[in-house]
Amino acid sequence: MSALVTTPNLPDPDGFYAELLATHKGLTEAESHALNAQLVMILANHLGDREVLSEALALARQGMGEAQVSG
Amino acid sequence: MPYDYRPFAYVAAPGLSAPEPRHKVVIVGAGPIGLAMALELANHGIPSTVLDDNNVVSVGSRAICWSKRSLEIMDRLGVGERARDKGVTWKIGRTFHRDAEVFNFDLLPEDGHKMPAFVNLQQYYVEEYLVEAAQANPLVDVRFLNKVTGLRQADDHAMVEIETPDGTYGLEAEYLIACDGAKSPLRGMMGLEFEGELFEEKFLICDLSFKADFPTERRFWFEPTFHAGQTALLHKQADDTFRIDLQLGWDADVEEEKKPENVRPRIAQFLGHDDFEIEWLSIYTFQCRRMERFVHDRVIFVGDSAHIVSPFGARGGNGGLQDVDALGWRLAAVLDGRAPAALLRDYDAERIHAADENILNSTRATRFMTPDDGVERLFRDQVLALAAKAPFARGWVNSGRLSVPCVYPLEDAADAAGLPAASRPGAVAPDAPQGNGWLMTALGGRMVVLGVGCTPPEVDGAACVTAEVNDHVRARYLGDAAQAVYLIRPDQVVAARWTDADAGAVSAAIARVWRTA
Repeated sequence: MSALVTTPNLPDPDGFYAELLATHKGLTEAESHALNAQLVMILANHLGDREVLSEALALARQGMGEAQVSG
Repeated sequence: MPYDYRPFAYVAAPGLSAPEPRHKVVIVGAGPIGLAMALELANHGIPSTVLDDNNVVSVGSRAICWSKRSLEIMDRLGVGERARDKGVTWKIGRTFHRDAEVFNFDLLPEDGHKMPAFVNLQQYYVEEYLVEAAQANPLVDVRFLNKVTGLRQADDHAMVEIETPDGTYGLEAEYLIACDGAKSPLRGMMGLEFEGELFEEKFLICDLSFKADFPTERRFWFEPTFHAGQTALLHKQADDTFRIDLQLGWDADVEEEKKPENVRPRIAQFLGHDDFEIEWLSIYTFQCRRMERFVHDRVIFVGDSAHIVSPFGARGGNGGLQDVDALGWRLAAVLDGRAPAALLRDYDAERIHAADENILNSTRATRFMTPDDGVERLFRDQVLALAAKAPFARGWVNSGRLSVPCVYPLEDAADAAGLPAASRPGAVAPDAPQGNGWLMTALGGRMVVLGVGCTPPEVDGAACVTAEVNDHVRARYLGDAAQAVYLIRPDQVVAARWTDADAGAVSAAIARVWRTA
């Protein structure tokens, strides 16, 4: 059974999306890249669930590039 | 089948030969909002004169998606059933990225409402129905080919100069209502402007007719191959007419884009055939902005003259009809001396709140459709990619959030814990079946004390209605409570509610609504 929630779970997604873009406002591409990386790690730590994170990584990778290497 | 545009008769105004007595209300603009305003005021016993510089209905479909709330308002004006029956009711929306369907949604309208969630109907039909209703109403005087060329205000009235085929004349009105559209000449004459972020986009919109079968659904494309890098929206309208909105880049060469040899191949590509007629084609430019305030002493702005939004979400025409809904009963009470002029401030505050909500939604949808290069585009494209593999992201795809009436912030309104959120103070009272009819019809356009599961207390200044309790009424008005009393305003907005109310509490709430406390 999947532990990762992929059904709607966040209230006000439009508001979050707007805030996310606003956070990036004025950054260079490299800085935006850095912000995204930090954000992923902050959220991973907050989540604190290795199994869920593995599923999330796999879902994000799905359909991109070569088949992924696990572990 | 092309629409038959028949000019309305021009009649020389009495003011051309002798000065007319001061009117209570003069409305400028006989579009859907101006006409609805006149009919709504007539419902409250107030006569009005509607001036329009033109003498035909809107050319082209323009506003096409009419929301459930708009249909309910039109129903009070006598044209709701016609609009519903002529309109195309749709439920399924499909969203495509490039040429693949990313997801689809079903509006899943709740049952137990007289009106559907949305109908698609060309603006010219809505105007035709409203003109007929207005001309049949003894309290409404519609004057075509009457162009306002000047405006002045005094302490207790406004004056307009009017140009007609037979010369010029002037009119005085206790209140002048500007329903003269996004480019509002009256706004210009008063030296007023829209405030806020300038955010301009261009769209090419056209009405198509073709015979081939095409499903009754909304289709939205991000970056379709037939219109590279942009967005496209397709809706079915009445009379087998279809409407397509093609986004153009902000720097597009408009004259070039309008040429049939450039438009036709794109349309043929997504239809899969070339057997169609272009009935109407126009370039639409929009911004998401509003006036700082809508009430300027004796001149009141209603609809697009006061606020403008992008077409995605159907918040222009629907928002304008809700302005009419919020203004009519208040202005009638002020003109009749039943309430102080300060009551009009509530129109201003509530509709500014609504306009801000519409502008926020509209701006977000526009940003999603036309992301800036860089991180905005990155996230937009990845939301679309995620939507194909994770259901949650489908809700993040923003091709316009469809118009629903906002819930007014009535902070000091009485409320009882445990009653359903759908009917909280500030919300439009939800419809429900009542015997062979509907609750909306039973409420009408007056102040109502509604008893649900009880007989409502009798008070001055409000009609008592006892609801028939059925499953829909229980879910929308009671929840787990055994009984409730609702105070419902003439615009069918819940003003206050109690599980147990005495006449004193209800009377005090009514006085608050009228600002006579």
